[in-house]
Amino acid sequence: MLIRQPVRLFVALAGISFAGILMFMQLGFRDGLFDASVTVHRRFDADLVLISPRSTSSVRMAGFPKRRLIQAMADPQVEGITPVHWSLMLWRNPENLSTRSILGLGFDPEDPFFVNPELSQDSQKLSLKGRVLFDQLSRPEFGPVAEWFRQGRTVESEIGGNRVRVAGLVSLGTSFGADGNLLTSSETFLDLMPNKAPGSIELGLIRLKPTADPLAVQERLTALLPNDVRVLTKQGFIDFEQNYWRSSTSIGFIFTLGAAMGFVVGCVIVYQVLYTDVSDHLPEYATLMAMGYQLKTLVGVVVREGLILALVGYIPAYLAGQALYWFVRDATRLPVGMDLSRATTVFTMILVMCMLSAGLAMRRLVDADPAEIF
Amino acid sequence: MASTVAIDGLNHWYGRGANRRQVLQSVGLTIEPGEVVLLTGPSGCGKTTLLTLIGALRKVQEGQVCVLGQPLNAAGRGARQRLRRRIGMIFQGHNLLRCLTAEQNVQMGADLLKDRSYLARRDLSRQWLREVGLGDHLNKLPHDLSGGQKQRVAIARALAAHPQLLLADEPTAALDSTTGREVVDLLKRLAREQACSVLMVTHDPRILDVADRLVRMEDGRLFCSVG
Repeated sequence: MLIRQPVRLFVALAGISFAGILMFMQLGFRDGLFDASVTVHRRFDADLVLISPRSTSSVRMAGFPKRRLIQAMADPQVEGITPVHWSLMLWRNPENLSTRSILGLGFDPEDPFFVNPELSQDSQKLSLKGRVLFDQLSRPEFGPVAEWFRQGRTVESEIGGNRVRVAGLVSLGTSFGADGNLLTSSETFLDLMPNKAPGSIELGLIRLKPTADPLAVQERLTALLPNDVRVLTKQGFIDFEQNYWRSSTSIGFIFTLGAAMGFVVGCVIVYQVLYTDVSDHLPEYATLMAMGYQLKTLVGVVVREGLILALVGYIPAYLAGQALYWFVRDATRLPVGMDLSRATTVFTMILVMCMLSAGLAMRRLVDADPAEIF
Repeated sequence: MASTVAIDGLNHWYGRGANRRQVLQSVGLTIEPGEVVLLTGPSGCGKTTLLTLIGALRKVQEGQVCVLGQPLNAAGRGARQRLRRRIGMIFQGHNLLRCLTAEQNVQMGADLLKDRSYLARRDLSRQWLREVGLGDHLNKLPHDLSGGQKQRVAIARALAAHPQLLLADEPTAALDSTTGREVVDLLKRLAREQACSVLMVTHDPRILDVADRLVRMEDGRLFCSVG
């Protein structure tokens, strides 16, 4: 029945699409931010990791004795270990000399460190002191480091008063905690952060034999090592980080609330449209009832109307969502993308929204008294 | 054969408490199969109320009403709704569905015949539209049809469900005299062919002659029956 009223149809579809876009945005941001918080975590070449029980997140990593990692070698299933230093550092923008916090990772250039081999190939360049690898996906506020480097210039800057030179570029990506990343050798790291004890590390990567069961080894190591370290699987480490942002900050709540708002707004719009539509056609519904049609047949009409609205309204929402994600990726360098599960979630939400509104609008239908039409 | 409509001692009130007003007072009426009965009377005398009671659109409050062999005194929603499928109704306004074409409107009536296939029902609705002389206007919206044409579509819709009783509430009220005449003649002819009883409420004195019987109503009472 809406087809004959293009304006109302347009309003309904615009409302649904708008609600859909809102939900896509909010959920996309939320998931994107959570995903982003573990971009670095995902790339570590490790089956198990050791962290200090005092660490709460990537921005607050506490140290623990390096000995613990070496002790872990005692387990027959452990194939290799890599100690990693991890801390936020103050990077001076080489262009305008302002400083900004950057996440620095220090490791032994001889040890394999990341899953992606191309990230490790430049690590030899770190064997010289005062050399760093700069993450070219870092935010532009750190200065045009990658640009200058590609132009062949020697890019030098300061970290905590120590001169460093960019020896190469890597691609890691930004996250909540870190607007940029840089990699360096353990030695340089300790020079840059003189207050860190040399025997203390923030993260221990453990690689297992291919046949080993990570959970079993995790259990053995937990029993073996004193309780000044926590043993996590790689997934556990990712969850640990995401959990922090999810539960210890209001970010997850805010975005979920935003999506809920979109849902409510959509509900109201669709309800309004369907309600007025049913009201306008009440005499016709009453006529059908007088002819002997059952109430449930008429209810079916309204349900179908809601269903069609949901389907047609979803398409522009999906397309606009894609466009927005592209825009957001471009602007914030957060890994926001359309994935199947979110596309389905939003579709389900829209469907529920339309059905809910149709259900409410149907109460108007009960008022269709066939005796009134004479 | 049993009477199509058998009413005895029917009383009906509107409102509650102090505002309660009796609109029908011990009404008695029988309509035989195939009979065309015209009901006349001044406005507000209860004609329409009687029609809605026979059409199973309202609950019977007091008295005996039996339509097409179905007693309506204690009939629930479901029973009344099933009975309505066997009664054709033509309203003062045409009450066509605005967004459907003439053919689709008639098909809404034909669709009540559940035992027929979709194609059979479509053929049936086309046939009925030809029957009322609108074979060329199958795909027009009610908006594009004249008043007489709309009322003819409404007749086709009412008859498409093969009713045994046709209730019409001032079907000519919105039409000029010539068209009104045509519509009523058509109604009577088609009802005859279907052996369908007709109860028609009208103010229009020009069409009284189509009736087999005239019934006059005043202040909620049925007064005289003219044979």
